[in-house]
Amino acid sequence: METTAPRGLATKDIVYIALFAALTAALGLMPPIHFAGAALPPISAQSLGVMLAGAVLGSKRGGLALLLFIALVAVGLPLLSGGRGGFQVLMGTSGGFLLAWPLCAYIIGYLMEKDTAAGPAKIGLYVAFGGIVVMYAAGIPWMAFIGKLGLSKSLTIMVAYIPGDLVKVVLATIIARGLRRAYPNL
Amino acid sequence: MLDLYSPGGSLLHRLPPAAKMLAMMLGATLLFINQSLPLTVAATLVILALYPIAQLTLKQAFAQVRPLLIIFMLFFAVQWYFSGLELAAYVVLRLAALILLASLVTLTTKSSDMIDSMTRGLRYLQPLGVNPEKVSLAISLALRFIPVLAQITREVREAQKTRGLERSVIAVAMPLAIRAIKMADEISDAIDSRGYRS
Repeated sequence: METTAPRGLATKDIVYIALFAALTAALGLMPPIHFAGAALPPISAQSLGVMLAGAVLGSKRGGLALLLFIALVAVGLPLLSGGRGGFQVLMGTSGGFLLAWPLCAYIIGYLMEKDTAAGPAKIGLYVAFGGIVVMYAAGIPWMAFIGKLGLSKSLTIMVAYIPGDLVKVVLATIIARGLRRAYPNL
Repeated sequence: MLDLYSPGGSLLHRLPPAAKMLAMMLGATLLFINQSLPLTVAATLVILALYPIAQLTLKQAFAQVRPLLIIFMLFFAVQWYFSGLELAAYVVLRLAALILLASLVTLTTKSSDMIDSMTRGLRYLQPLGVNPEKVSLAISLALRFIPVLAQITREVREAQKTRGLERSVIAVAMPLAIRAIKMADEISDAIDSRGYRS
């Protein structure tokens, strides 16, 4: 970002990084949303934090915010939805999705920085690319590897989560646009 | 801050966190290199035997695996259907062993000790531009922000309730985000005005 000090991170950047790591954790405290009855798995609000960090903070700070969050989970703090935490969750079946979060936020931020004049549709597209395409591209092969499932079978399992993720993309786009309008110099 | 640590004074509790993490990574790699079911069974039994040694109960061991039971059953069913019973048992057991091994580290290590050894380890990344002091600041700020954000969420919900909007995600999230950024700006000004060198 233009406002970032040329060398290293300013105090403000560190505080923002901590804030968005905490925001991702706080989103895990929200009960999962059931929006299609029993037809689709309930969605956790947590990956909304990934999308917001990237879209609001940009590539470097957004990626670092999620790196901090994942590090806090790894050291055993129960910050993932449902009070989960520790290495066992990061190594488990959904580990690939979680470990991809810093990269997802970075890529969303990078796309936003490349196109500062993006309208809502384009922002939504960028958020969806980083928050769904990149996340699944990391998470599904991991799941396939760890469960010795083929890629196509793992993909089938994950299709049920796409509608929920699209809801989060819309929310993240609205909130990120609102925040950028309220604070143009984030 | 609540962590998943289970207090005790066993040998596993006293080992340095870095050693435990290295052992865990080695163990996980071996579990994945090994392709035989009998060896996986043996490994699972050895890991389970470490639980009483670490003053943990088998109930605690089961609690680690329980959140994954549904996905275990799903994997088992898919593997059984497509590749036979033996591979199904191997895959699910390997996964269970991995979770139990990693949980052992989490249960016997305080988060604060793990954070300490991590920030110490960051010294080696200093040539790459990593500043351990800034990382420590970010960690302590993040831990402090979590309950504060939960508190702000409650306040915003309460306020929106009077407008009948407490269930609207945007009506809660937007003011929450703006208040959070405002708080962050004030805190960073406060840190700078106290002469923190960034």
